[in-house]
Amino acid sequence: MDTSVSFLPASDVFRVLADSTRRSLFERLAVEGELTVAALTGGAGVSQPAVSQHMATLRGVGLVAERRAGRNTLYRVDPQGLRPLVDWLGHYAVFWRDRFDALEGLLKEMDE
Amino acid sequence: MSESSIETRSVVIERELAHPPEKIWRALTQPHLIEQWLMQNDFALVVERRFTLRGDWGSVDCQVLSVEPNRRLSYTWDAMGLESVVTWTLTPTGAGTHLRMEQSGFRPDQQQAYQGATFGWQRFFAALDETLARID
Repeated sequence: MDTSVSFLPASDVFRVLADSTRRSLFERLAVEGELTVAALTGGAGVSQPAVSQHMATLRGVGLVAERRAGRNTLYRVDPQGLRPLVDWLGHYAVFWRDRFDALEGLLKEMDE
Repeated sequence: MSESSIETRSVVIERELAHPPEKIWRALTQPHLIEQWLMQNDFALVVERRFTLRGDWGSVDCQVLSVEPNRRLSYTWDAMGLESVVTWTLTPTGAGTHLRMEQSGFRPDQQQAYQGATFGWQRFFAALDETLARID
């Protein structure tokens, strides 16, 4: 069984989230909703251009979506971007369902 | 509730089984029975005892965390960058047992390590295939 192949598209997403600064920016968007780069920069501990770059990276893998509002660009979390997480869990979900089937088969053969 | 979207996640499998908890407990805790439905192992029903599960694809490092005979069993499950906990809960029902398995502790940053390990094995098998092809 080679289910690992289905994970390959997810690797980019997790490489992106492995960066702690980027992850904390992503978490703030998840908690606070739509924010501008300026708003995100406050408390981020990095410069505004760096935050912009992080937003571009997050957008590149579909974790974040953007919307223009006048002169500002508002960023928000795109929930679809987290689907690879589900795939990872899906791997173990399939594994355990198979094991449950095997366990049930064994129980039928065992003495009471 | 966590405020963060990046939290640990779980896999939960539940099933109604037409067997008494005592019997299912044996299948979950006796090494020769565990081997028949899960993996080869050196399991021992002793809290804090370390054991290893061995499959075709690699091994899982485990340690028994808690034991409540016929009711609850939990152990760590560390494999390929994943550090998780597997908890079995057996609840008697009129017709048998409600069996619940929860594997918890999936973190996004572990996914990367997990994939790295998976990639490693894929490279290993690819290399092995090439080697075997050359032997012919």
